[in-house]
Amino acid sequence: MRIRYDRERCVGSGACAFTLPEIFDQDEDDGRVLVLVERPGAEHRKAIEDVAASCPVLALSVEDD
Amino acid sequence: MTAEVTTAPITAPAFPLSRSRCPLNPPQEYERLREEQSVSKVTLRVSGKQVWIVTRHDQVRQVLGSPDMSSNWKLPGYPLQVPLPPDVLETLELPLVAMDPPDHTVRRRALIPELTAKRMQALRPRIQEVTNQHIDAMLAKGGPVDLIQELAVPVPSLVFCELIGVGGENVDFFRRYAEQMVNRDITPEEFGAAQYEMEMHLQGLVTAKTENPGDDVLSRVIAKNNETGELQHNDLVALARMLLFGGFDTTANIIGLGTVALLENPAQLAEVKADPSLMPKAVEELFRYLSISDSATARVATKDIEIDGVLIRAGEGIIALNGSANRDDRFFADPDALDIHREAKGHLAFGHGNHQCPGANLVRVELDVVFTTLFSRIPTLRLAAPVEELEFKHDQLIYGLYSLPVTW
Ligand code: HEM
Ligand code: SF4
Repeated sequence: MRIRYDRERCVGSGACAFTLPEIFDQDEDDGRVLVLVERPGAEHRKAIEDVAASCPVLALSVEDD
Repeated sequence: MTAEVTTAPITAPAFPLSRSRCPLNPPQEYERLREEQSVSKVTLRVSGKQVWIVTRHDQVRQVLGSPDMSSNWKLPGYPLQVPLPPDVLETLELPLVAMDPPDHTVRRRALIPELTAKRMQALRPRIQEVTNQHIDAMLAKGGPVDLIQELAVPVPSLVFCELIGVGGENVDFFRRYAEQMVNRDITPEEFGAAQYEMEMHLQGLVTAKTENPGDDVLSRVIAKNNETGELQHNDLVALARMLLFGGFDTTANIIGLGTVALLENPAQLAEVKADPSLMPKAVEELFRYLSISDSATARVATKDIEIDGVLIRAGEGIIALNGSANRDDRFFADPDALDIHREAKGHLAFGHGNHQCPGANLVRVELDVVFTTLFSRIPTLRLAAPVEELEFKHDQLIYGLYSLPVTW
């Protein structure tokens, strides 16, 4: 499993970084998403999909390897 | 455009629609509209202008995510919901929320790095301290007290002072301002004078922070801008003003309404009291359930757009009702129930798309601290008046309570 993200679309709402701080962060310079763990364990899948669904610009997704 | 495109019938009820049933619920009519006429026309009470409303979750996301929508209050079709005289509107400096790209993009990018999840979490100890002080004061006073005056208004105003790096006697200035803004007996002259005074204050503050930066959101925005030079003095004042108008009233309102919603659902309140780690989910659910800025997500179409077979023409105004979307049973099961265990994250109470509220993470921290502390310090807290007698802000763009008598 791998997290896909689109920094160009990201509007820096920080919903992802607030909910899953161990997986997402925000760049100190532009506030946009940083993915700390690009290949998290399968046990995080549901939580990441929930966060991806709440991203205001749908910049996040999960894909299988 | 396809041949099936229809035009909605021209029965355009007055907007806002009334909240006839329980005051914690949005207008019941939304439910029928979502089923039968999810894209329809209303007549704005404030201006008599006809605009569209969209009511389903997917439609609200479509409108707020579309590049063919403008937030510009000055475009003739924009559904303005406050009475702004044309000459005032003409000369008004538009706030961030009313800008379109690329102006919007530059300013938003200047702001958001300072409002990251981490930075907002870092404010937690200070928010806790401020909350403790006000709850101590409530306890010392003894019930009944007005929770709006004692807690809901002062806490966000002090937190705002943290954001813009204001201390000392200036704190009292912001507190007085916040009190004036919730005082219904204020005359238009006093209101105007308070706004003018605030404007002067913010002007002076930006100058002071430029010369003497501190460790706060505003100083950092200014310092970074000194390197890029993208924004002028008045742009920075506008950002400070935007934080003030975006953050004061909203947070105070949801503290009040959220307290009522929790007290009205005692079984769920008992659960969060027993296990405060449930509070962040409960808070997210309160955002969804209460949707205090239901109609603040308004746009004007810049191109013809079709929404579920209804044609909206370029230049026409649309209100994407986030409060209706948040009660859409296509998206949330049993949407009218407050359920702290549900996955509420997909709610649209902070909007959607490129204007989505950058203050959301601050409010998340504030409400977590305020509700957890309130109900642990005063576990027997209860309403001192029946819900039916509470004074709800039926006449305001941001929903809330004028006062909230509580006791313990
Ligand atoms: C419960 C509290 C709050 C609610 C429900 C709320 C709701 C919203 C909504 C719906 C929007 C989007 C409007 C649109 O799409 O046109 C918005 C924008 C905004 N909010 Fe909030 N807000 C809250 C608290 C705050 C706080 C505490 C701050 C400041 C720290 C803030 C600052 C802003 C700003 C700056 C914008 C404009 C963003 C942009 O246009 O890019 N809000 N808010
Ligand atoms: S939730 Fe989406 S928009 Fe917000 S910071 Fe994460 S990726 Fe960016």
